[in-house]
Amino acid sequence: MLEIIKNTNIDFLGKRNIAFIFSGIISLIGIFAMVQIATGQANLGIDFAGGTSVQLKFERPVKVHDIRKALEDGGIKDFDLQELTGENKILIRAKNIEIQSGKVSEQVTGVISQKFPDNNFVVDSTTEIGPKVGGKLRADAGMAIVVATIGILIYIAIRFKLNFAVGATVATFHDVTAVLGIFYLLGKEINLILVTALLTIAGYSLTDTVVVFDRIRENLRIRLKDPVESVMNLSINEVLSRTIVTSLTVLLTSVALFFFGGEVLHDFSLAMIIGLLIGTYSSVFVASPIVLLWGGNKPLGKK
Amino acid sequence: MNKSIFWRFLFIGLTVAAAIVFFLPNTPLFKSMPEWWQKNMPNKGIVLGLDLQGGLHLVFEVEADKAVESTVERYVITIREMLQKKKLQTEVKKNGLNIEVTPAGQDVLAAVKEGYSNLDITTAGQMIILRMNDKEMSFIKDNAANQALETIRNRVDQFGVSEPTIHRQGTNEIVVQLPGVKDPKRAIDLIGKTALLEFKIVDDESPVAAQFPSSIAPGDEERVLEQFSGKIPEGDQILFEKKVNRETGAVTKFPVLLKKETVLTGALLSEARVTLDTQFSTPHVSIAFNPEGAKRFEEITAANVKKRLAIILDNTVYSAPVIQERISGGNAQITGSFGMDEAKDLSIVLKAGALPAPLKMLQNVTVGPSLGSDSIEAGKMAGIAGTIAVAIFMIIYYRLSGVIADLALLLNIILLFGAMASLNATLTLPGIAGIILAIGMAVDSNVLMFERMRDELRTGKTPRSAVDSGYKKAFWTIFDSHVTTLITAAVLFQFGTGPIKGFAVTLSLGVSINLYTALIGTKSVFDLINSRHDVKKLSI
Repeated sequence: MLEIIKNTNIDFLGKRNIAFIFSGIISLIGIFAMVQIATGQANLGIDFAGGTSVQLKFERPVKVHDIRKALEDGGIKDFDLQELTGENKILIRAKNIEIQSGKVSEQVTGVISQKFPDNNFVVDSTTEIGPKVGGKLRADAGMAIVVATIGILIYIAIRFKLNFAVGATVATFHDVTAVLGIFYLLGKEINLILVTALLTIAGYSLTDTVVVFDRIRENLRIRLKDPVESVMNLSINEVLSRTIVTSLTVLLTSVALFFFGGEVLHDFSLAMIIGLLIGTYSSVFVASPIVLLWGGNKPLGKK
Repeated sequence: MNKSIFWRFLFIGLTVAAAIVFFLPNTPLFKSMPEWWQKNMPNKGIVLGLDLQGGLHLVFEVEADKAVESTVERYVITIREMLQKKKLQTEVKKNGLNIEVTPAGQDVLAAVKEGYSNLDITTAGQMIILRMNDKEMSFIKDNAANQALETIRNRVDQFGVSEPTIHRQGTNEIVVQLPGVKDPKRAIDLIGKTALLEFKIVDDESPVAAQFPSSIAPGDEERVLEQFSGKIPEGDQILFEKKVNRETGAVTKFPVLLKKETVLTGALLSEARVTLDTQFSTPHVSIAFNPEGAKRFEEITAANVKKRLAIILDNTVYSAPVIQERISGGNAQITGSFGMDEAKDLSIVLKAGALPAPLKMLQNVTVGPSLGSDSIEAGKMAGIAGTIAVAIFMIIYYRLSGVIADLALLLNIILLFGAMASLNATLTLPGIAGIILAIGMAVDSNVLMFERMRDELRTGKTPRSAVDSGYKKAFWTIFDSHVTTLITAAVLFQFGTGPIKGFAVTLSLGVSINLYTALIGTKSVFDLINSRHDVKKLSI
C-alpha cells in the first residue's frame, strides 16, 4: 500500500494561533484588495470597468514598445499592452471609454496596419463593454459570491450544525479573499473569469472541509469522553491523506490547464492552483479551529 | 455472475451506448452514417459557443425614450393640422414630453378634448397642456423594444447568418448573437443603423441658403450649425449632404436648408433593391412605395414642382433632386456614391424597415475564428495531459483499484460528453475548463472510498466487507462534497454570462455524473471481483 502520509499525529489545533496570524494577514490583504476593487483602484478587467480590448495576432514577432509608440502617435490615449508570449500576439486594452460601435477598435487596427505595413495581422478578438454593462457585471459578480456563501452556509448548517457551517463558511471566505489578495499583489487582472475561478475554489475548498468535518462528527459520536480538541486532531490526522490526495488530483488537472490551456485560461488555472493550496490548508488549519472556538466542548450540541 | 451485478453492468453499457449515439454528430463519423440514421437519430450534438467558433455577441439598448419623443412630435403635427382645418388660430409647441397649445380658447379646448381624449389635458393660464399618460408611454417603450427586435431579426435574416440568436433582455435591451460572421463591422453597421428614411422639401427660397458654404471641413458641422442658428427661418432646419468625389474618393459635406416637416417616410415602402446606374455602372438603390405611399408621393411631387426634394437617411441628405413634374407610380432612386456592399446593406435596412428608436451599443464581443480553434486545440491538449496525469497517479497510488478508478474516470468522460450532447449544451472556453476540473474531481469520490476501504482493511475486515462498509461510510461524505460544488455551480449559472454559464453546465454535469460512475460503476466492478473469487487481498 503506497501512502503519502502514514499514521501521523500532528497537533494541528495547537498551532491554531500561528495559523490565525498567517490567515489574518492574507485575509487583510484580500479585504484591502476588495476595497480597492470596489473603489476602482485595482486592475479591473474591461468586463468590470468597461472599455475596449483588441487582440491582434501578427505574422512575425513585434516589439511591445514599437506598438506602444505607434498607438501613441496615432492619438490613442489611456491604453495598456500585454504581450502573449510565443505567439506574436498583442492584447491592447483601453479602459473607461464610452464605446461607439467599434470606434476605438477601428482606430487601433487602422493605426497598426498603417504603421506596420509589412507585418500582417489578424484580429483575434474584439471586446467592447459599455460602462453600464460593466457596472451590472460587477454587481452580478458580487451578488453571486454572496448568494453562493449563503447557500453553502445553509446546506452545511442543515447537514451539520451551525458552528460547523460558520467554520466552513469562514474557511471558504478566507480562501476566496486570499486568492483575491494574491492576485491583487501580483497585479493580475480582476475579471469575470477570475470570479468564476473564485466560486469554483469556494465550492471545492468546501469539499475538503466537509471531508474533515464528516470524520470529526463521526469521531465525536464515538469518543464521547475525549476532549474535543484531541478528537478533532485525531480526525484531521486520520483524513489527512485523503485531503491531500483529492486536492492533488484536481491540482494535477489545474496544472495541465495552466501549461496547455491557452492564454485565456492561464490566469484562471493559476487562481485554481493557488486556491487549491490555500483551500487545503484552510480546511485543516482554519475551519476546525473555528468550530472548536465557536462550539466549545459540545460542538454537536446536546446529544 | 450475480444477477444484480449483471443488471448494473447492462445499465452502464446502455448509458454508454446512448452517450455515444448522442455524441456522434460531433465526430466526423456521423457523416458516414446511413441516411436514415442521420435523419432520425440525434443530429445536433454539442454546440460550440461563440468564443470557440468565432462570431459576434452584441448587446444593444433601445433608446425607447426617443420613441416616446417622436410620438410626441407626431402628436404636435397632427394637432396643429387638426386645429388649422378647424380654422382656429393657435400655436402648438412641444415642450419636453408636453404639448402646449396657446391660446386656450373654449373652442380650442373643446376641439382637442374631442380629438385627443386619450391624452391628459390640463389648462394653465392661457395654455392647454396635453400629455400622454404613463400607461401609453410605457406601451410605446415596450412596443419600441419589440419592434426593434423584429426589425433586427428581419435585417439579420436577409443578411444571411446561420443560426442567429436574437432576443430581448430586461426591459429595453436586445441581445444579438451571430456565429461565424466574417465581417463583424459590416454586421454591426447593418444592425445598428436606425435607417429612418425621410423626404423633406429643400428651402431654396430663403436668402440664408445662399450664404451656405459649398463644402465644409470634416467635423465642422457643429460650427456651421452654430453660425447659422437663429438666422434660418422658423420651421426650417439644416442637415448635411455627403458628396464623394468619384476620382479621388474624398468625402466632403455641405449644408442644406430644409423645411423641417417630413413629407414622407420609408414606412410606406414596398420594395428596395440595388440597381446599376447605366452610365457609370455605380450601384443605386431603387425604392418603390406601396399604393398609399405612391399616392402621397404623387401629391407631394405635384405640389412642389421645380422645388428640390431631399432624400434623407438617418439625418444625412443623400441627394436632393429637382422635381421636374408630378411623379406617379411611386418609384424613386436613392443615389449616392455607394460601394456594392453598402448599397446592398442599404436596400436590406430599407426593406426591413426603420428602427422605432435609435440603438446604443452596450456590449460587443467579437471573436475571430482562429482564436476559437486555437482555444479548442489548447483545451484538448490540457484535457489529455490532465487526464493522463491523474490516471497515472491513481494507478501508482492505488494499483489495481487505481485501474478501476481510471475506468470509472473514462466512463465519466464518455457520459459527460454524451449528456452535454443530449442536452445540445453549448461548450464555451470556460466550459472546457469545467470539464478538465471535473476530471480532476471525478476521481475524488474514488479516493474517498478507497481511503475508507483502507481504513476498514486496517481494522482487519475481509476485502468484501471492507468494500461494502467503505462504500457505505464514504457515501454521505461524497454526497455532501458534491452538493457544495453543485450549489456554487448553480449560482454561477444564475448570475453568469454566456461563457460562464457554459462553465457552470459542464462542471455541474461532470460532478453529477461522477456520483453515478463512482457509486454504481466502481462499486459494480468491486462486487464483480468479490463475487468471482474469494478474494484474500485487495489491491488498493
